[in-house]
Amino acid sequence: MFRNQYDTDVTTWSPAGRLFQVEYAMEAVKQGSAAIGLRSKTHIVLGCVNKANSELSSHQKKIFKVDDHIGVAIAGLTADGRVLSRYMRNECINYSFTYESPLPVGRLVVQLADKAQVCTQRSWKRPYGVGLLVAGLDESGAHLYYNCPSGNYFEYQAFAIGSRSQAAKTYLERKFENFTDASRDDLVKDALMAIRETLQGETLKSSVCTIAVVGVGEPFHILDQGTVQQMIDAFEIVGEQEGPDAAAGQEASAEPEQGAGAGEGVAPMDI
Amino acid sequence: MNFMASKQPENSLLGPEADSQRTLYPYVTGTSVVALKYKDGILMAADMGGSYGSTLRYKSVERMKPIGKHSLLGASGEISDFQEILRYLDELILYDNMWDDGNSLGPKEVHNYLTRVMYNRRNKFNPLWNSLVLGGVKNGQKYLGTVSMIGVNFEDNHVATGFGNHLARPILRQEWHENLSYEDGVRLLEKCMRVLLYRDRSAINKLQIAKITEEGMTISQPYSLKTYWEFSAFANPAQGAVGTW
Repeated sequence: MFRNQYDTDVTTWSPAGRLFQVEYAMEAVKQGSAAIGLRSKTHIVLGCVNKANSELSSHQKKIFKVDDHIGVAIAGLTADGRVLSRYMRNECINYSFTYESPLPVGRLVVQLADKAQVCTQRSWKRPYGVGLLVAGLDESGAHLYYNCPSGNYFEYQAFAIGSRSQAAKTYLERKFENFTDASRDDLVKDALMAIRETLQGETLKSSVCTIAVVGVGEPFHILDQGTVQQMIDAFEIVGEQEGPDAAAGQEASAEPEQGAGAGEGVAPMDI
Repeated sequence: MNFMASKQPENSLLGPEADSQRTLYPYVTGTSVVALKYKDGILMAADMGGSYGSTLRYKSVERMKPIGKHSLLGASGEISDFQEILRYLDELILYDNMWDDGNSLGPKEVHNYLTRVMYNRRNKFNPLWNSLVLGGVKNGQKYLGTVSMIGVNFEDNHVATGFGNHLARPILRQEWHENLSYEDGVRLLEKCMRVLLYRDRSAINKLQIAKITEEGMTISQPYSLKTYWEFSAFANPAQGAVGTW
């Protein structure tokens, strides 16, 4: 994307009907380290790649528990993500207190989206620079949503956001038809495979990724390093054989990923 | 001489002038509500009387109303406060329906919402002068609970308000059991209502029985119970207790 005279204010439309500040906010999401989510009928798995500034520092927390039945993975400005997580936790706990019942994730997601929309229509505000993958349960089962800085939200069977997420998306697109009836463990394995795609050859170990699970009868929790490493070890052997095929597929699909926003025509938020 | 008289803010509920702004006594009141769980759902009974002190002034007051798709609310106490509660719940259900998303507030959620409302009003010394019974069925789960004007709330297999607690609950404790049939449930409720009719002077012989199941809610047309006043003990009530009235 290139600078232009309509991109200073979030409240300025371009002649093509775009709000550039909002699109720039979505760029910030693309720069963050990858986060993925996938769901079956009864479980949702969230995963993210841990990026640390240096070997000396710890990595940023990108997965947050919002309530026993809702969790969120973020990509982009982690500080904005933290603030939104606090808002979500507050909404959940207030609902629980008043109704002694868990807040349906579909309603939380709409409230979150409306909050993001406000920042796209006030000249003294800026859009949140974070994309959220919200995993949660409600009366109708397991759900995975993606909340955009633009204030849009979408429901997904599986999705990936952040840098090199296209590689993960390609993997998920190949496999998603099996997810609805997959077992919880298979779902976690698929999440790890998808994360591995975003690492582009780097070895997948439990220190570079975080996995969290929520499901019917299973409250949201982050899996501990040991368990994750065990699961990696269990399928890595099989993974060796799959390596060459995956690499070839990635070359072709990596290119359009960053360029999507810059092209003429449809603005990203309209999709 | 006025040494800096302490001034209340305009909306305060303290001080003599504010007394007209908050509920101190009830005026038009309903008497007991009795309810029990049975095989398919909840049965609830209440008479149709609205008393103005000791006068039985209004005789067609509906003290049980459906709430949303899954719940039934019965109230005793101040009728105008019951109407206010119905307005709160109407708004609550409206917003719930406006989400249009397949989720809906069930009886447990409504009961807890009412508990919060009643307790918060009590804390402001401006109570809604009611005892409420909330029953319903959602996803096969039966729910029956009660909230008082001071926010005391609990669930049970059978509940009652007011005089019902003293006269009906002992009968229910003896005779209620799991999986009552509809006919047995109605018979049991009528037994309770008959005792209340004999012994509660605010009760009138015109009642409704409401039923709520997974399918929905129905409320009977008003009817009367058969009573028998020729018991010999009624003929000379003071016989066994000289000086009583």
